[in-house]
Parts: sequence; structure tokens; C-alpha cells
Amino acid sequence: MEATTLQKTPTAARSIDIESMQRGPKLNMSNETTCLEVKDFNLFYGSKQALHGINMKIAKNRVTAFIGPSGCGKSTLLRCFNRMNDLIDTVSIEGEMLLDSNDINAQSVNVADLRRQVGMVFQKPNPFPKSIYENVAYGLRIQGVNDRATLDKVVESSLKGAALWDEVKDRLHESAMGMSGGQQQRLVIARAIAIEPEVLLLDEPASALDPLSTLKIEELIYELKDKYTIVIVTHNMQQAARVSDYTAFMYMGELIEFGATDELFTNPSKKQTEDYITGRYG
Amino acid sequence: MLNKSFSSWYKSGSPWVWLNAGAVSISLVMVVGLLLLIAVRGLGHFWPADIMSITYNDPDKKSITLVAEDVETEVVSAVRLKKVGVHLPEGQVTGERHLLKVGNRDYFGLDFLWINGLWMGEISYPEDLVAIERREWGNFYGYLTKVKQQGDVVAAGDEAWDELQKRLERSNSLVAEIKDIEKNEVGKINHGLEELRLQKRQHELDGLPEGSLEYHEIEQERKQWNVSYKGLQKQLADLYAALNRDQIMVTISDGREVELPLAQVIDIYRPNGMNVLEKLGFYFKEVWKFISGEPREANTEGGIFPAIFGTVMMVMIMAVLVTPFGVVAAVYMKEYARQGPMIRLIRIAVNNLAGVPSIVYGVFGLGFFVYFLGGNIDEIFFQAKLPSPTFGQPGMLWASLTLAILTVPVVIVATEEGLSRIPRAIREGSLALGATKAETLWRTVLPMTAPAMMTGLILAVARAAGEVAPLMMVGVVKLAPALAVDNIAPYLHLDRQFMHLGFHIYDVGFQSPNVEAARPLVYATAFLLVLIIIILNMSAISIRNRLRETSKASEN
Repeated sequence: MEATTLQKTPTAARSIDIESMQRGPKLNMSNETTCLEVKDFNLFYGSKQALHGINMKIAKNRVTAFIGPSGCGKSTLLRCFNRMNDLIDTVSIEGEMLLDSNDINAQSVNVADLRRQVGMVFQKPNPFPKSIYENVAYGLRIQGVNDRATLDKVVESSLKGAALWDEVKDRLHESAMGMSGGQQQRLVIARAIAIEPEVLLLDEPASALDPLSTLKIEELIYELKDKYTIVIVTHNMQQAARVSDYTAFMYMGELIEFGATDELFTNPSKKQTEDYITGRYG
Repeated sequence: MLNKSFSSWYKSGSPWVWLNAGAVSISLVMVVGLLLLIAVRGLGHFWPADIMSITYNDPDKKSITLVAEDVETEVVSAVRLKKVGVHLPEGQVTGERHLLKVGNRDYFGLDFLWINGLWMGEISYPEDLVAIERREWGNFYGYLTKVKQQGDVVAAGDEAWDELQKRLERSNSLVAEIKDIEKNEVGKINHGLEELRLQKRQHELDGLPEGSLEYHEIEQERKQWNVSYKGLQKQLADLYAALNRDQIMVTISDGREVELPLAQVIDIYRPNGMNVLEKLGFYFKEVWKFISGEPREANTEGGIFPAIFGTVMMVMIMAVLVTPFGVVAAVYMKEYARQGPMIRLIRIAVNNLAGVPSIVYGVFGLGFFVYFLGGNIDEIFFQAKLPSPTFGQPGMLWASLTLAILTVPVVIVATEEGLSRIPRAIREGSLALGATKAETLWRTVLPMTAPAMMTGLILAVARAAGEVAPLMMVGVVKLAPALAVDNIAPYLHLDRQFMHLGFHIYDVGFQSPNVEAARPLVYATAFLLVLIIIILNMSAISIRNRLRETSKASEN
């Protein structure tokens, strides 16, 4: 069955790595612990509606990928999880978004605290113009941690966690701006995990990188899911297939289909999904 | 064919390149020419010019000998010469006239003289001609004949020169000693007495009854001060007596032998006998005296140190005031204020403030800072000193503040520009790590904006250092008796008036009683002012470049 779907794929570039999908027992949402829950969620830019009635549950310690064509609202939805959209004046929302059953949009929620729990990595590497060490220590310093020993420990463990330690351990105090793009992106991930968030949001983390760096980031995502719940937005369906446990396909601001990745890619239940993953549009 | 080649030349863009290059060259030539002109005119003044002895045959008068420096030669048309009664030989259309510096103002009345080149006779440069730089009355030229002590001749003829050197050294060190005592120790006593007077006045204002213990204490202290003043007075009298011990006799050009007290002499030299190396040494000594000395003779002689000090200090205080103010305003306008019509209006107003004529700021500074703020400060904190004002008069602080307002738009605009250049990704990166907006600003955005702030500051400094008009109303004076920093507590006296190079140029150039003597000083002062602005700017630019190095992110 899987094989036939693949044969339908028009180009080789669209072929999906089967081995990476057959890596464990079948996943089923009903067996998972819910980390994030989205209920009847609508979002408007001014009067224009960008998200329509989204309902989904994101499983704890799993990688969830959002795929869909440009402008489908996947990044917008991602940015709602840590309320990054607060920065845009015209945005208004309806519905609920729960992190561990607490509404993140409630009045009582401190946005800075929320963002400590829900870390985010952006499309383009955005290290601060500081040393590598200071980049990783940034989040902790914000929290008032200035003890050298603690910082040293966290910086080392975070850089190791981001598979960057061996490359930079001898130049921790050099500027982060001198690193390559792939290193910078891993540094940004190290910076995010240094404050030990619960959820890690990755907004097309590899789209600005070369294939080798992309591979490293993907391997890293695979390792990180033991400790973090990861939500990743990607344009690249192979990447979604390779790294994610669950995949959500979005189209025109609506969640079309959401399910276990191997299920969604091999046996999509909606025609739109099938059209997209087989390359008929998007 | 020609038409076609012209059209292709035009299309190639070459004319625009030529136009641009031409504009740049013209600007460059103008700047370099300006600097060269003021440098040559100003710096040439310190070169020890040869002194000539010249026979001058005015047909209407009897022929005389002049001893002078040849300052300037001018070519004048025959017609103009004819008008002043000089008839050139047939066929000659132009004649020369020379400006001579004859010095000896106290004997000749004038120290500069225009003479007609036609009537100039024999010129010689005797090596024993001396030029004497005096504390009063300008330069003196003549032949040194004798050195006297208390009226008795101690050396004459050739020995006089050598004898003079050590006596001159002694008299100059005595002068320095006297000045030191008068400035520092007498100053301290005056300050102490003034403090006592103020204390007493304060007690009176507080309603302390007469005959109180406090008055008695003040009286005791006053007596002590008076005793030490008497001691100083005696010391000074002795020093003056010692200073007035020596005199020199000099023969001037008309043959008279005149006596000069050595106390009047600052320096005495024989330029005709100097070789180039000696002249060079003398030149740098003179330049140093100009930079480090205090002005004399209504600013037409001596140095300009107080003006340099005043300019630099005022600019620095202005920088310290304007930077935080401008940056804070820009941060609010860019980061916190709601971007609506109101903030647009404010932004337009700020930009237009930069175009208000500076004298208007001067008027505002005088009315608001000096009279209103200063007057109120005096009434609250310096009541005992009234009616003489402390901050209620033009001074360093008010001048700096006025210039700070004048330059704050520049800093605001530059900082806003810098803030808008910080990529959104950097802000979001910081916010995503749980930083609040303020923390993001403080830890990431502002450090990255620092180079832009420095750019604003550089522009502000450049504008402020060259500004004169408003300063005339809020603190700059022709001659300030004391610097704004001295050794009397609280050491920094921002209420004091000060001298400024820009105003000094105006004052020396246009308000001076001795135009010819002042003119080179105008150029020299102008050159120094330009130099100081360049130095101030260069240091700011080097700081900015260092800052840029540490935050190269926005360029990547």
C-alpha cells in the first residue's frame, strides 16, 4: 500500500524516505499525553480572517509538523503558541489555546513566563551580536542568573544538546556572528533549550540552510524530542516525513487533516492532502 | 556620425560620472583651500621674521631710519597712489606699498605703518637688532645697549646680551611666582572671606539675633583670614620689589636710548642672528605659548588657552547632556509611543527644530534658563548671595544646556534611524527567550543602536563646537577671569562665564583696537577651532567604529 502511493509521486525529489517512517510502533493520538490543545481557534488580521476554526491536540514529547502551501497560516498558528502575534497590533483572536490545560491567552498569564515555557526558533538564524557564550546565557541572564558556575554548566549542556559543543568549545567567547549559518541555527536552538522550555517551536528552521546543515538540524530534532515537545513548520514534505511523528496539513487557514505522519503521507483521507503531497498543487 | 558618438557617450553615463567627480573635486578644493588659507595666514604669524633697518626717503619730509618687520607687500595702481600724493615715474602703472610692524607703540603711537615702496632706501639686517616681547604695549624693536640693576649699569655692549639672559630668567620666574600667589592663595582668601560674608548673611536671613555666638565665630575667622592676607601682601610686596630690580636700555630707530623695566619683558630675541633650526625651535615655543597662554592686551596678544578650555568643556558638557536626553526621547517615540498622527506631528516638529536659527535658541536660553531657572535657583539656594546672581547670570551650564537643546533633534533623528535598522528577528529572538520589551531594549537593541547614537553625537558635536551666536547670550564673554575648573571647592564652577574660540575670533577680528596686530591671531584661532572640532569628531568616530566592531549583526 505504501509503495503504491510512492509510485504515484511524480518526481524523485518528492519521494519519501520510507525507512525513516518505519521506526517504531504505530502512533495513535489517543495514547498520547496532550501538551497543547487548540479549540475552535480563529485569528484575524484586522478584518481578514487568517485561521478558521482550528481544533487540534499536540502530543507531549512528539514532533508535530505543520505543512501546507505558502500563506496557509501554519506559521501564524505556530506563533500563537507563544503569543508572538501579540507584537502585531492588528491581530485579534477567538477560541482557546491550552498549554497543559491552562489557557495561554488568559489575562493572568505573564507573556514572558509563557515564552520561557514555549521556546521558539525562527526561519533565519538570529543570533545576537554577542559572544557564543553570551548568546546561550542570554535567557538565564534575563532570569537574573549571573552565577558563573551555573552559567558555565548550562552553556555547556545546551551546546551539547544542540550538537554544537565540539565545534565551538574553544571559541566560546568569540562573536556568534562569525559562525556559519548552520552553526548559527544550532546556536539559536541551544539558546532556546538553555532555559529548558516545555515546548520548542521551530519555524522553518532549515529553510535558509544548505543540505548538510539541514541534515544536522534534522538529526538534532530527532534527539531533542525525548525532552521537549516539538512543533515544526516546514515547506519541505520530505523533512516533515523524516522528522515528525504527527503531521498537520493546512490549507487556506483551515486545518484539513491531522494525524500520524506515516498515516497521513501514505494514506491521506482527504483529497486536498493527497493532491498536496503528490505535488498537484502547492 | 558626430551626433551618434555624442549620443552613445551620453548614454554610457560618462557625463554623469564627470559631473559627480567634478562636484567632488570642487568641494575638495574648497575645503583644502580654506584650511590652507587659515593655516598659512595663522601659523605664519609665529615665525620669527627678520627685522630690517631701512632708510625711508619721503620727499616731503626728511629721510628717517625705520626698524621693523616687513609684514605684507601690496601692489597698488598708480591712480590710487596718485590720490595719496605719490607720483610714480612715467610709464609705471603699479607701485608697491609695504606694511611694516615698527612696534614700540608707547614711543611711536602706532605699531604698524604703511610705507611706499618707491621711497624705500637702503635695507640692512643687523644681527644685533633685538625684538622684545612685552607684557604690555606690544613688541619692541631696537639695539640693546646696557643692562642695569637699581639704576646702575652692570653690563654694556656685547656683554649686555649674555648678562640679560639669566636676569630675564629670574624675572620670569618671579612673575610666575607672583601670579601663582595672586591667583591661588589670594584667591583662596577671597573665597574664604566671601564664604564668611555669605554665612553671616544667611544667619541674618535666618533671623539670628545680633551678638550671637555664630557672629562672633565668623568674626574670629575673618580676622584669621585677614592676618594671612597681610602676610601674603608683604610677601607680594617683596616679590614685586625684587622683580623691579633690573632695567635694560635700548636704542630705538630714531636714535633715542630708552629704559625698559625688565619686569615688562617676556622674551627677547635676535631673529636676524638665528639660523633656521633656532628659528624653528623659537617657532614651536611661540605656538605653544599661543595654545597654552592666557590672552593679554585686549586679546590681541598672548595665548588663547581659556578659550580652548571653554570650548572643549562646553562641548563635552553638552554631549553629556544631549546624549541621554536624545536617546530616551527617540526610544519612546520609536518603541513605545503609538504610531499615529500625534507622533508624526511630534516627529515633524523635532525635525523642524533643527532648522530654527541658533540665535533664537540663545534668546530662549537667556529667557528661560538664565532668568527663569537660574533666577529661581538663586532664590532658593543662593539667597545669601543676592542681589548678585550665581546661576541667574549667563554661564557654562546654561550655554551647554542651550546647545544641548539646539542639537537634540540631531541625536533623536539618528537614534530613531538606528532603532529602525535593528532587524525584527533580533527583537523576536530576545522576546522568544522570555525577555520583556524593556529587557530586549536594554540588553540587545540599545547596544546595537549605539553606533547610530554616536553618529548623532558626532553631528551634534560638530554643530555645537562651531556655534557662536546663541552663546553670546548665555555665557560666553570676551575675557573670563577664571576657568570653570579650579582648585577651590567644589572645583567645578558651572555658573561661571567662559571664553569660546568662535567668539574669540569675532572679538579679536572685529572688536579689537589694534586690527593689524589682531589679524593673524584671527586666522590662527580659526585654524585652532577647526583643529579642535576635527579632534573632537575623530575621537567620537573612533569610539563609534569600536562600537560597530562589537555589533556587526545589523550589517550581516
